[in-house]
Amino acid sequence: MNNEVYIKIENLTKTFGPVIANNNICLEVNKGEIHAILGENGSGKSTLMNMLSGIYTPDSGVIYIKGKHVSLKTPKDSMSMGIGMIHQHFKLVEVLTAKENIIAGQKGSFFVGSKKLSEKIRKISEKFGLTIDPDKKIYNMSVGEKQTVEIVKVIYRGAEILILDEPTAVLTPQETESLFNILRKMKQAGSSIIIITHKLNEVMEISDRITVLRKGETIATVNKEDTNATELTNLMVGRAVDLSINRIEKKNNEIILNVENLTVVDDEKVKALDNISFKLATGEILGVAGVAGSGQKELCEAIAGLYPITSGKIEYKEENIVGKNPRDIIKMGISMSFIPEDRLGMGLVASMGMVDNMLLKEYQNQKGIFIEKKAAKDLSNKLIKKLEISTPGVYHPVRQLSGGNIQKVLLGREIESNPHLLITAYPVRGLDINSSYTIYDLLNEQKEKGVGILYIGEDLDVLIELCDRILVICNGKITGIAQATKVNKEQLGLMMAGEDMTTVMGVGA
Amino acid sequence: MFRVVKRTDLTKKQSVSFRLIAILGALLTTGIFIWFLGFNPLQIYISMLDGSFGSMYRFKEAIIQTIPLVVTSLGISVAFRMKFWNIGAEGQIIMGAFAASYFALYWSNLPIGVLLPLMFAASVVAGGIWALIPAFFKAQFGTNETLFTLMMNYIAQKLIIYIQYGLWKDPKALGAGKIAMFTDNAALPEVFGIHIGWIITILLVVLMYIFINRTKRGYEIQVIGESENTARYAGMNVKKIILTSMLLSGALCGIVGMFQVSGVNHTLSYQVANGVGFTAIITTWLAGLSAPVIVIVCFLFAVLQQGGTFIQTAFSIHASVAQLVQGMILFFVLGSEFFIQYKLVLNNKADSIIKKEAV
Repeated sequence: MNNEVYIKIENLTKTFGPVIANNNICLEVNKGEIHAILGENGSGKSTLMNMLSGIYTPDSGVIYIKGKHVSLKTPKDSMSMGIGMIHQHFKLVEVLTAKENIIAGQKGSFFVGSKKLSEKIRKISEKFGLTIDPDKKIYNMSVGEKQTVEIVKVIYRGAEILILDEPTAVLTPQETESLFNILRKMKQAGSSIIIITHKLNEVMEISDRITVLRKGETIATVNKEDTNATELTNLMVGRAVDLSINRIEKKNNEIILNVENLTVVDDEKVKALDNISFKLATGEILGVAGVAGSGQKELCEAIAGLYPITSGKIEYKEENIVGKNPRDIIKMGISMSFIPEDRLGMGLVASMGMVDNMLLKEYQNQKGIFIEKKAAKDLSNKLIKKLEISTPGVYHPVRQLSGGNIQKVLLGREIESNPHLLITAYPVRGLDINSSYTIYDLLNEQKEKGVGILYIGEDLDVLIELCDRILVICNGKITGIAQATKVNKEQLGLMMAGEDMTTVMGVGA
Repeated sequence: MFRVVKRTDLTKKQSVSFRLIAILGALLTTGIFIWFLGFNPLQIYISMLDGSFGSMYRFKEAIIQTIPLVVTSLGISVAFRMKFWNIGAEGQIIMGAFAASYFALYWSNLPIGVLLPLMFAASVVAGGIWALIPAFFKAQFGTNETLFTLMMNYIAQKLIIYIQYGLWKDPKALGAGKIAMFTDNAALPEVFGIHIGWIITILLVVLMYIFINRTKRGYEIQVIGESENTARYAGMNVKKIILTSMLLSGALCGIVGMFQVSGVNHTLSYQVANGVGFTAIITTWLAGLSAPVIVIVCFLFAVLQQGGTFIQTAFSIHASVAQLVQGMILFFVLGSEFFIQYKLVLNNKADSIIKKEAV
C-alpha cells in the first residue's frame, strides 16, 4: 500500500454554543486507503466531515491536504482540493438525467459537447465498474443507481478523496455489496475513501483502518487486522457491551390483529399498500423489513386509523376497525399503541415538556373542561426513574432532549397505557447502542406480558435476532413472511428487492 | 466576514436587556433626526411621556386606547396559537360594532340592563361569524386564511360605508353621511371615569390565561399549533377545534367593536376599527402570544401613539415626525428579535489561527 498521506487533520475543534461537537480531533488518511469513521450518534462524525467538505468552518485546528496547509471555507474550496462528499440524502435534481446532474453547476460546462461528455462519463464508469445510463432521468432510478450517479458526479469533478456519509443506510444487502466492489476498485486506482458508519460488520468488511470517535474526541485509530467487532464496540461506547439480543419464546398464540387484503392509495393515486394480508398473535414480535418507502409508514398509519383505506379488512380481536379514526379507537377501548417513526412530528409535541406530552392521549378520558395534570406529572417522574430518562425537569421541552431520551419518553408513555397491541416504527433509529438495547429489552418485556408487537425495522441483523417472524415488503406488496430462525440476511435482501419468498428459499419454505 | 449563529444560551434577563437596548437605540437614532429638524430631542421625548402621564385626563385616554388593543390581541392570539393567520381582526371588529349598533339604534327603547347585554351578545355573534367563514373554507377546502381574512376586512368596511351613506344615514345630519348618535341607555357606564370595558378586559385576560393553560381545549389548541399530525395521532378532531377556536377569536374582536361604539364613539362609522386590527397583530406577536404580556405591550403601544399625537400639537411638528418616532421604535424592537435568536460571529477567527501557524 502506498503510504502517502492525503489528509492530515490536527487538533480540529468545533463548538456550537456550549456544545463541543469536535474536540482536538486528529486524523490521517493515506492514499489508496478505505478509512472508516466509527462512532455513535452525536460523537461528532458528521461535524468532522462537514468541516472537511467546507460546510462548517473549524474554530481552531489545521487541515493538511497532500501536505499542503488549507483553509476550507466553502464547499467549492473543498471540491477544488479534490474532496468529494456523498451525503446520506442525495443532492440530485429528480427531473434531470444522470448526465445533466453530473455537469450541473460546473463552470463552462454549457459548451461541453454532449458526446464528449458521455464519453468521459463512460470512461469513469468503466474504470471503477460503475454502471449508469447517462441519459436516464433520476426519478426513474433506484436508490442504488442514484448513489452511483452521486459517485460519478464527484469523480467527474476531480475528487480523489471520497467521503460517504452512512452510504448503506438505504441500500439492500445486494446493493451494499456492489457499492463495496466499487469502493475497492477506487481504492486500487489510488483514491482515498472515508466512510462514516455505525454498522460494525460493514466496517470489518470494507475498511483498512478505523478511527473511533466518542463524544467529539478521537479515541483510537486501529488497523482492521488488529481488531474485532467487540473491541470496536467497547471503544465506541466506552465500556464493555453485550451485543446479543434475547429472543423470548412466545407463549400463547391468540390472534390479536388480522389484516386481510388491505389496499391503500397515496396522494398520487399510486397503491402504497397492495393487497396486504397477515396475522399477528399475542406475545409475538412480527418484524417488517423493506427498503425505505416500501409502504411501512402507510401500513402503520392505516392500522392506527390515520390513513384512509381503499379496501380490505383490519380486525382487532375479531372486530373490524376500518373507517375508525384514532379517537373512535380510543373510545372503543381498544388498547393499541402506535409509536410513529416521526417522533417529534407525530408522537410527541416538541415544544412541550414531558408532563404535557403524557397528557396527549389520556386527556380525552378526563371529565369536564379543565385538564388535570397531577397524574401526568407523577407518571413523568415514574418514567424518569424507571427508564433512566435524563432531562433537566418534567417541564423541559422534549425537543431539547437527546434522541434516546425522546424515544424513551414516547415508548414509556405508550407502554404505560397497557396496550395489547403495539405498533412501533424504527424505534431505535438515531439511538446509540446502549439506548437501542434498552428499547429491545422494553419490547421483550411487553412481549412477555402477551402484547402483540409489530416492529418496523431497518437493521436486518436486529430483525433476525429480535423477531419471531419477519414480513418483507416491497413496493407495497408482501414478498414473504419468514420464520426469523430460518432466514438469513441475503434471502431477506432478495425479498426486499422484490423476489418472491418461494423462489428465494426454495419450494416448501 | 460574519456568519449567523443560532443562540441557545440567552437568559431571560439578557433578552429583556436586548429589547431595552433596542429602544434606546431607536430613541438615539430618532433623536439625531429631531435634532436636525431644530428641536431638542430630550424635550420631545419627555413631552411624549407627558402626553400619557401628564394629567389624569391624558392617562385615561391612554387606557381607553389600550382596551381595544388588548382584547383584539387576545382574539388574535387564539388564532395564532393554532398557526391560523387571522389578519381579519379589523373586519371582525367592524362587524361586532355593526351588530351592536343595530340594537343601539333600533331597540333603543329597551332598558339599559337589557340593551347592553343584547348589544354585547350581538357583537360576539357577528365577530365570531365573520371569523368562522374563512375558517370554514380553510377547514373544508384548504383555502388560504391570510388572504381570505384580509379580504373579509374590506367587505366589512365597504358594507358600513354603504350603510353610513345610505340605509342608516341620520336625517338630522343635514345631508352629511353620518349615523345618528346612540341614546344614553346604549352607552357603557363609566367606572373611575373610563367606560366599564376596562373591567371586562381584565376579566377576559384572566379567563384567556386560564383557558389556554388549564382547559382541555386550550391544550388542544397548543398541540394543533405545534403539529396537526400529532393532533390527529392523539385523536383530536382538528377541523372542529379550528372552527370553534376561530369562532372564539372572532368573538373577542367583535367585543372590541361593541366597546368602541358603545363606550367611546357613541355612534357607528366605517372608521370604527381605526387600524386596531392590524396594530394588534404586532402587539400579539411582540407579547409572544401570552395573555398577561399582551396587557403590558398594548399599554406601551398606546402610550407611544398618544405621545405621538401630543407632540404634534405641543410642538406643531408635522404628524409624519410623530409617526417616524413610532416607526423607528418598532423597527428597532422587531430588529432586536433577530439578535435575541441569533448572533453574528466574526468569520476570520479560524483563519487567523491558521495564518499564525503558517508563519
